Amino acid sequence: MAPPAEVLAIRGLSKTFPGVRALDGVDLVLRPGEVHALIGENGAGKSTLIKVLTGVYRPDAGTVEFQGRQVSFATPLEAQKAGISTIYQEVNLIPLLSVARNLFLGREPRTRLGLLDFARMNREAEETLRTYGVRVDVRQPLRTLGVGAQQMVALARAVATDARVVIMDEPTSSLEPREVETLFSVIRRLRDAGIAVVYVSHRLDELYAVCETVTVLRDGRRVHHGRLSELSRLDLVSTMLGRELGEVRAEGLTKFSGDHHAADTEPVLEAEGLTVPHKLHGVSVSIRPGEVVGLGGLLGSGRTETAKAISGALPIRSGKVVVAGTSLRGGSTPGAIRAGISLLPEDRKSEGIVPGLSVRENIALAALPRLSRFGMVSEARVDKIVNTFIERLRIKASSPHQKVGELSGGNQQKVLLARWLAMNPKVLLLDEPTRGIDVGAKAEVQKLVDELAEDGLGVLLISSDLEELIEGSDRVVVLKDGAVVGELTGEDVTEDTLMRTIAGDAPATAATKEVATDG
Amino acid sequence: MTVTKTDNTPVTTASTTSADETEPVGSTRAERLSALVQQHGALAVLVIVSVIASFSFDSFATSDNVTNMATSSAFLAIVALGMTFVIITGGIDLSVGSLFALGGVLAAWGSRHGTLVALLLPLGVCGLIGVVNGLLVARSRLAPFIVTLAAMLGARGLMLSLTDEGANTYLIAKGSFLAELGQGTTLGVGNPVWLMLALFVAGAVVLRRTRFGQHVYAVGGNEDAAALMGAPVARTKILVYTLSGLLAGLAGALNAAWLASGVTILGNGMELEAISAVVIGGTLLTGGLGYVSGSLVGVLLLKVIQNVINQIGSLDSSYQQVVSGAFLALVVIAQTYLGRRRQLV
Amino acid sequence: MAEATVRTAAPLDKARILQWLQTYGVYAGVALLLIVNIVITPHFLSAENFRTQAVQVAPVIIVALGMALVIGTEGVDLSVGAVMALAASVLALYLGYGLLPALIAVALFAAVAGLANGALVALLGVQPIVATLALMVGGRGIALVMLPQLEDLHNPSLASLGSGDIVGVPYLILIAAALAVLIAFVVRRTTFGRQLLAIGDSRPAAQLAGLPVRRVLMVVYVVSGLLAAVAGVLATARLQASDPTSLGNLMELSAITAVVVGGTPLTGGRISIGGTVAGAVLIQLLTATLIKHDLPPSWTQIAQAIVIVCAVYAARGRGKR
Repeated sequence: MAPPAEVLAIRGLSKTFPGVRALDGVDLVLRPGEVHALIGENGAGKSTLIKVLTGVYRPDAGTVEFQGRQVSFATPLEAQKAGISTIYQEVNLIPLLSVARNLFLGREPRTRLGLLDFARMNREAEETLRTYGVRVDVRQPLRTLGVGAQQMVALARAVATDARVVIMDEPTSSLEPREVETLFSVIRRLRDAGIAVVYVSHRLDELYAVCETVTVLRDGRRVHHGRLSELSRLDLVSTMLGRELGEVRAEGLTKFSGDHHAADTEPVLEAEGLTVPHKLHGVSVSIRPGEVVGLGGLLGSGRTETAKAISGALPIRSGKVVVAGTSLRGGSTPGAIRAGISLLPEDRKSEGIVPGLSVRENIALAALPRLSRFGMVSEARVDKIVNTFIERLRIKASSPHQKVGELSGGNQQKVLLARWLAMNPKVLLLDEPTRGIDVGAKAEVQKLVDELAEDGLGVLLISSDLEELIEGSDRVVVLKDGAVVGELTGEDVTEDTLMRTIAGDAPATAATKEVATDG
Repeated sequence: MTVTKTDNTPVTTASTTSADETEPVGSTRAERLSALVQQHGALAVLVIVSVIASFSFDSFATSDNVTNMATSSAFLAIVALGMTFVIITGGIDLSVGSLFALGGVLAAWGSRHGTLVALLLPLGVCGLIGVVNGLLVARSRLAPFIVTLAAMLGARGLMLSLTDEGANTYLIAKGSFLAELGQGTTLGVGNPVWLMLALFVAGAVVLRRTRFGQHVYAVGGNEDAAALMGAPVARTKILVYTLSGLLAGLAGALNAAWLASGVTILGNGMELEAISAVVIGGTLLTGGLGYVSGSLVGVLLLKVIQNVINQIGSLDSSYQQVVSGAFLALVVIAQTYLGRRRQLV
Repeated sequence: MAEATVRTAAPLDKARILQWLQTYGVYAGVALLLIVNIVITPHFLSAENFRTQAVQVAPVIIVALGMALVIGTEGVDLSVGAVMALAASVLALYLGYGLLPALIAVALFAAVAGLANGALVALLGVQPIVATLALMVGGRGIALVMLPQLEDLHNPSLASLGSGDIVGVPYLILIAAALAVLIAFVVRRTTFGRQLLAIGDSRPAAQLAGLPVRRVLMVVYVVSGLLAAVAGVLATARLQASDPTSLGNLMELSAITAVVVGGTPLTGGRISIGGTVAGAVLIQLLTATLIKHDLPPSWTQIAQAIVIVCAVYAARGRGKR
């Protein structure tokens, strides 16, 4: 088969942000009609690559050739006009405008008088959308459609504006199975029409169902590319996570001491059947005092949502959370905090720190009522606590009065830890506690987590860093598509079993959901 | 009012879904009902209030009273028309009251140099202030409310300095074309009313039937998405503030022509009346959804209530403000509630 | 002001100049106007003149203090002028029962007004501009319904509140100063103040940290309403007449100007009480300067408009994002 000329050729693309090499000489070649899977864990460089392609970022080095010409787009709009369209997770259309108007915005058919021809527009919109399997009244506002149908409209719009390359960034993350099927048939039609598709997703089933070729990114580099059918699921997962199967690893790469001897006591946290529409389907986790429970799974498997649901930040439709015997009312963060749950959120910058306030005020923030008398802050008590934690966690700031926004990522994370430790929590939920922080700080945070567990805290650890997850956790609960698919205990807490469980061909023993006691 | 009849009646059309296809969610009966209330609630209240008033007060449904109400509504309606465009883009224009007064004074002052000057001067100056508002909002990305608040102050200062601190009232000569435009009638209806109706028809066509109109909705609905879809966001914003300034100036000029003088104390609080009318008419203050026809209904409703309060006689005219405020609060609460429901769906 | 002038030696890059202007520009402006006036305005340096200026600016400062708190939460309160009028009406209506009962009635009305704003903002999540607009429109109407026209008040205690003094310093100035100190203390030293700033700086982070976001917002709007009522009562006491028609007209504008010119960003998370007081003084001095030199009052409005736009422009891009 003579391959058709390439529609898009990326060569040696590099992009560096302060302190991070987001892309490092990445190549990617797309031919017309190719459906290409682009995969990698958080921070692998996928989104940077997409943003460079669509004109959000400028590359530091490397070239992008589109339809035989070298291009460099200044804005996403420019990229789109040239023929590279992106369908985002969050549909980027205008919810209050009608379906037809969304489809035609900027290229509406007009009558001889120069006015918009709605009759024609609606008719054409209806016809177009029918070919995408969407049969709706196109005069309805877009928001009345389901997410799947909205995505179809976005797709139809992209194709109608003569896209040659369509990038889909996790298009199925909020779709129902039936909608996913429709999406796939549309993707196949795009393929047959000679449009190249870059498909970003973490759902392995979907990748194998629809993609022909694959590029795996890790730490900003392309670590694998080729035909997807030649790569087994297990190989795919291990390539993505950067672990060779069966590879024997030396202990002690992380600062974790290993097992904690959790007393055979009642769990301090019991979450049962947590359900959030589209996100979680009956997730149950329990943690005993002094235990570190890892939450494993790929991006989008529901790890962050589980943590948020437990801490009351994400309203649950059903399920319950019990802390030390007391049942929590769902959806109340202050309630969860009072009960002793502390969440270190994944998005440290926008949900964790209060950037404009000082280190001191950030540390004291949650504990303020306890550090005050008659509503007045006792500066002496604040100083005491702040100094204690700055010392204990070795927070490096020019002074306690420095703004947190000016600190390094690692120190920001330590400030957040200090904020929660000042509350004397019973359960710590750590969502990616070491992401984006330097090696030294990472080791310190890991050591700290260990110490805290030794002191009898229940810890839930979420990490994309397999090594950290395996070595830090006493047990690992594995999530996939918002449901628990297995639990690794004792001897089974290894990278191998974890990857097998994620890939879906785990040995039966690892997939038991019983709370087993480890020795 | 048939002036603003549009193609778009989303609330009444039943969705056609086949079983295997993607179904629209959220088109529940409750949601359709609330959308109906949002779009036509003000009209229903207007009709009810008018009917009750005509039975209760002999002098309400007289042709004199109706003509009078129509004419006095015309000026506010023209201002509200511009405000509708601004609010649909998600902005707000607090300067219209001052621009209305400034337009009136400029028209009266300019009428000495002929009708053309009397009309072009207020349009030019008020339009220019609108352009500045637009530039500061769109290009410098300053908050619309603070920019137009400053413009409100500046325009009032300009108006006062033109009239020796409000001491000087310029008159418009009787019998001039300008006076005729403001005071004359055609087919028994005041010229300002005709002009207002014409502007509303034009406004509805522009909003509903031109690409500019689509951009206005798109910018208010989701600015980032609109930019990604190729809508000229900054240009659209500059244009709506310019339009709002122009219309406020024009309304002021017409009002001056009607009164035969540029009265300097007018226009205080008019921005609030205009915003109230627009919001009561079903336009979302958060932008992205709105109806020119609704704003007209909102203006009429405010004026009818004002008239009824005057008819009752024993009631102070300040009840008008109380009613407007209460209406505004109700509408805002209802809109927020609807918005919440939508988010949940 | 001394420290303000020392810091001019900073490197001359645009961002730093803007930042400096935003923080200290207002003090420099006040100093500049004082110097200019001392040089060019006859009889400027008299105790009498200072007392007049201070008495005039006191109500603006009091309202601006509440506005500063609201703006610190990334909100705005457009209803303050209407609440002042409301306070004047209620005061006149209940003054027959004595000053204290009348003041309690005023406080109740103002608290209810603030609660209404706060409920819309905190519980329903309405944008602050919109939420307070309804009361801005309706509040003055209610005031006028209660008291349709200007009414002279003859109450000795009220009169002494408006025109009395302690060793030559009018009560009005003392009250404004005391409130400024109190609010500054609340912002800096209390749990409430810290929580308020955290909410204004990053609402999601404050929420996840378990702060009582709704309660803080409610209290902020109630405090804004109460302070507006205090200003309304004091202004009424000075006039010895209740004037719901014109009392507090454009007060929301003056208060927002004072806050913004004083270096508090509209994006929330930072409050400068000193700057707010100085901002109010700056506008007052500007007006006084123009008036004393027989320039028409309309010029002051234009000048004020320019000052607002410049202040907002200087604050642009600072604060968050």
